[in-house]
Order: sequence, then structure tokens, then C-alpha cells
Amino acid sequence: MGTYAMHRALLFIPTLLLATIMVFALFWLVPGDPALTILGGGEGDSGTVSPAQLQQLRQRLGLDRPVYVQYASWLGSVLHGDLGTSLWYKTPVWAQLKDRFLVTMELAVMAILLAFCAAVPLGITSAVKQDTGLDYCSRVFCVIGVALPTFWLGILTVYALAAFFQWLPPLGYATLWEDPLLNLQQLIFPALTLAFADLAFVARVTRSAMLEVMREDYLRTARAKGVREMTVIGRHALKNALLPVVTVSGYQFGRLLGGVIIVESIFVVPGMGTLLIDSIVHRDFIVIQAVVLLIAAVVLTLNLVIDLLYGVLDPRIRYQ
Amino acid sequence: MVDRETTAGRALPDIGLKWQVRTTPVRAVARFAQRNPLGAMGGLIVLALLVMALLAPVIAPYEPRQIIREAHNRVPVYVPPGSTYLLGTDHVGRDILSRIIHGARISLYVGVGAVLIGVTGWFVVGMASAYAGGAVDLVVQRIVDVMMAVPGLIIVLAIMAVLGSSLNNVIIAIVIGMLAPVVRTVRSQVLSMKEMEYIVAARAIGASAARIIGRHIMPNCLAIYLILATYYVGFAIILEASLSFLGVGVPPDVPSWGGMLTAAAQGHITRAPWAGIFPGLAIFLAVLGFNLLGDALRDVLEPRLRGARATARLLSR
Repeated sequence: MGTYAMHRALLFIPTLLLATIMVFALFWLVPGDPALTILGGGEGDSGTVSPAQLQQLRQRLGLDRPVYVQYASWLGSVLHGDLGTSLWYKTPVWAQLKDRFLVTMELAVMAILLAFCAAVPLGITSAVKQDTGLDYCSRVFCVIGVALPTFWLGILTVYALAAFFQWLPPLGYATLWEDPLLNLQQLIFPALTLAFADLAFVARVTRSAMLEVMREDYLRTARAKGVREMTVIGRHALKNALLPVVTVSGYQFGRLLGGVIIVESIFVVPGMGTLLIDSIVHRDFIVIQAVVLLIAAVVLTLNLVIDLLYGVLDPRIRYQ
Repeated sequence: MVDRETTAGRALPDIGLKWQVRTTPVRAVARFAQRNPLGAMGGLIVLALLVMALLAPVIAPYEPRQIIREAHNRVPVYVPPGSTYLLGTDHVGRDILSRIIHGARISLYVGVGAVLIGVTGWFVVGMASAYAGGAVDLVVQRIVDVMMAVPGLIIVLAIMAVLGSSLNNVIIAIVIGMLAPVVRTVRSQVLSMKEMEYIVAARAIGASAARIIGRHIMPNCLAIYLILATYYVGFAIILEASLSFLGVGVPPDVPSWGGMLTAAAQGHITRAPWAGIFPGLAIFLAVLGFNLLGDALRDVLEPRLRGARATARLLSR
């Protein structure tokens, strides 16, 4: 276990470093002079920006230094928890991001819990009753669920809630600690929308993993020695079938964070998604960098944890 | 005439085997549809989409970008579906049906464009990475790892922020968003193929790497390419719609299905549900069509891939 954990953890560091390089490089893909772009001029209307202003901004951003020096100093400040100053709001990025990050994480965790609670039983039933009407229905449901665009589902949910229940997303937002009930009220529908999108996918993975395990010899042995069917499915099959489900859950969480961006803007949730969209509209690259880096770091860390957990759960992995 | 006499001189009983001498394309399609009704449905949807896109100016009742002027210069804002406007009009007075029909052009242009560039390009990268192994493979795999960690939509959004909104920039962004899942799927396929006896045999008789890739690996990858390409058209359509919905995709006057939903999300949905329902339905059906067709192609061409659907779909939203 020790070597496996070491190996996996050592791989994590260069990957995270590469993530910072790629996020930093994003800024350098901006065609033309980044300072000019930030000040709002395209290549065409540079006349509105004075050269002095440009020079000042270049100096403030450190654009007059070589790239690797810029990267090193940027990485240094990121490691010290300083994600820079927003170009648009002129406030430190972290101050803005802190609360929104928690909101987004809460929403994503809620959604993934809801999705797994529904999807795993659905996948199991579908596998156990393979090729029956029930299995067919749940497979059709999965195909539909995967093709359904999250934002359309969100719009339809808002419409249904407003038209039939006169419910509108509450305008104020309270954190979980201030007012748990209001917080739940605000987040439950976006979380359900998000969960639905992932339910189909997780149910599908569970079903195919279950089907694979159910062909194994040890299940036949268990049945032959007279173990109750419930125990065979619940104890013998499920334990092994859940391993691939756990593995995908890390990337699943990342995928879900993509959906969060859209759902937040539909349900007016003050999370990272609404901030990201705002920053894209204002071309606030410092904030965009910070958001992308934060999400990458969260998902990479989560994957590390899951891989380590996987090693604990499945001894075969450790000896590969 | 088949000789049914055996050496013993006895005639064999006619067991009623009918040999299909030649399979005409029509018959092949019919058989495919019979065995794979869902796949056939997907194929039909895709076909309908293609026809809609090709004949858009002929079948669309109104100009998609034009605000309609009725008698006395009245602008029909949010007219419900009826005989004049089959699917109603939108928030500035444009015909929704016409915009949906023309929107098929945008969706297909982005979908097919992104797949031709992206799936093809990343296919080559994945193949090369698996075949070359060593340092090349290690570097490519780390890049894939990082890009897998950021949701596809966020990668694409960040790139759109850099490039600025335009139709072709949407394609570029989606192509970059495809990198991780495509390279990963292709790499694992080629890795398992590399160990097959016929590749080992080819290497043993001294075939060059170029020959092995060109003559042995590539033809065997064709099925995987077709399957991935079909899935990723749906992937690209949904990403384009998401971008345009968020207002960073194509410019607002371009009739994109995603862009048509922006107004609906800003609280207009209760006033004009049709403006929010129909464009979304178009996206859903188009993506469903490509997914069903992809599933069917996979079952027919490459049944071994069944489990790999998980990877192929990992970033598909």
C-alpha cells in the first residue's frame, strides 16, 4: 500500500504543476497585446487607449518581464493564496471567490448525492431484471437522460415550478449556516436538475458493472450454497460492482461542475458559475484563470483521494 | 446447380437453406433497421436534420434573422403558435420555426466541422501516443490527465473568452475540448491492438512503423473512428448550444438553438413557453439522434467497445 500511495501521490504533483502551466498559458493565447485587450480596445480601435495607460497596465501585470519570470512570480503568489486582483471589479479575486466557491461546492455535492442515491438502485434493478420491461424502460430513460441538455431541463423546471406552483427562485441568498431552510429552498431545484443529468450516466455505469460481476463464478457458488438472493446481490455482487462506480464518481464530480455553471445562471445562484460567465463577458482573465485553476485542483485532488481509496478497497490495484 | 450427391450415392435432404448471394444496400439498411430499431430511429432523425439543413431556405416560411412586420407596421412579439406562425414568434418578433430550421445549419456546421478537425486530429495524436510509447506517451498522458480534470464546458468557455465569440471560434474551442476524451479512448484501443498477434507478426517480418500504422492499425481503427465521430457530433451540438445559451457562442442574430433559449431563461418562459420549449426540443432530438446512431454503429461494428461508452460519454455535456 505504501509504495502504491507514494507512486500515486508523486504523479499528482507534476499533474497539478502542468495544470498551472496550462492555465497560465491560456492568458498567453489571447491574440494581440493582452494589455490592449483588457483596456477594451480591439486591434481596430487602439486610438481610445493612451500609450501611457498601456505602459502602466503592462507594468502592473508584469507583462514587460520574460514569460518564465511572469509564470514563476504568478505561481509564487498563487501558492501563497493570492490569486491576483480582478481586472473588472478591482478587488482581490479570492475575496470574491471564497463564498461563491462554497455555494458551488454545496450545490455540486447535493446534486451528486441525489444522483447516486437514485442511480445506484436503478442500475442494480436494471441489471438484476435484465431484458425485462423494467430494464428496457430504465435503459430508454438513460438514453434520453444523456441527450437532454441541462440548460433546457433547467428552463423547463423553472417554467413548471412557476406555472403550476407559483414558485420563483428566491432572490436573496442565505448560506447553510445562516438559514438552512432558505438555503435548501434555494438550492434544491438546481440540485435536482443537475442530479437528473448525471443520474442517467451513473445508472448506466452501475448496470454494466453489475452485469459483469453477475457472470462471475463466485456468485454461482454463493447461490449454490444457498445464500439468499438478497444477500447475493447486496453483499457479494454490489461490493464488487461499486468499484468502477466509485472510480467514475471523481470525473463525474468534475463533469457536474460544468453543469453547475449553467444551472447557476438559470436559477440565479450566486456561485462560481455566475462569476465565471460575468468574467468572460468582461474579459476578466485573472478571475477566469483563478476559477479554472480552482476547479482543476479540486477535481485532481478528488481523483487522488479516490485512487487511494480504491487501493484500500481493492487490494489487487496495489500490486499492479 | 449445386451437386447434392454424396459419394455414397444418396441424395441429401433439402434443409431449406437460402443463400443470400448479394446484399443490396437497400436490403442491408432494412436488415439493420429490423435488428436495431432504436438505431434506425437515430438514423432517421439525423437524416431529417440533414434535409432540414440543406433545404432550409426552401422550407422555412420566414427569414430567420428578420423581424416580421405585419400590417400597420405591427411587430408580432410573442405570438403563440397558430396557423400564421406554426411554432409562434420570439421576443423581438421573429418566426421560431424558421429560426429552428436555419438553426439546424449552424448546429450541423459546428458539429461536423468540430468532428472533422477534432476527432480526426486527436485520433492521430492518440494513435501516435500509444504506438510511440515512452516519453511521448508520458507527456501526452499528463496533458490528457489535466484536461480531464477540468469539465469540457469550462475549458471551452475559457477558450471562448480568449478568442471572442464567432462561429468558427466555437469550433476551435470545441475541438480543444474534445482532446482529452478522444485521445484517451483511441490510445487505449491502439494499446490493446498493439499486442495482437498480427501486429507482432508484422513487426517480426520487419515492417516499418509507418507500414504497420498505415496498413494494419489504421484500417482496424476505422470502425472506432466512425463510432466516435457520430457520438461527438452530438457532443459538439450540445456544447455549441450551451455556449450560445450563455451568450459567448455565436453572435445573437445568428439563429442558434442554444441562443434562442437565452431569452427564455431570463424569466420570459412563463410569458411565452413555446419560445423555451421548441428550440430545446430541437437540440434534444438532434443529440438523441446522433447518440442512438452511435450506439447502433457500436453494436454492429465494434461490440467489444460496449464498456467504453463510459469513456466516450465522460465529458459529453
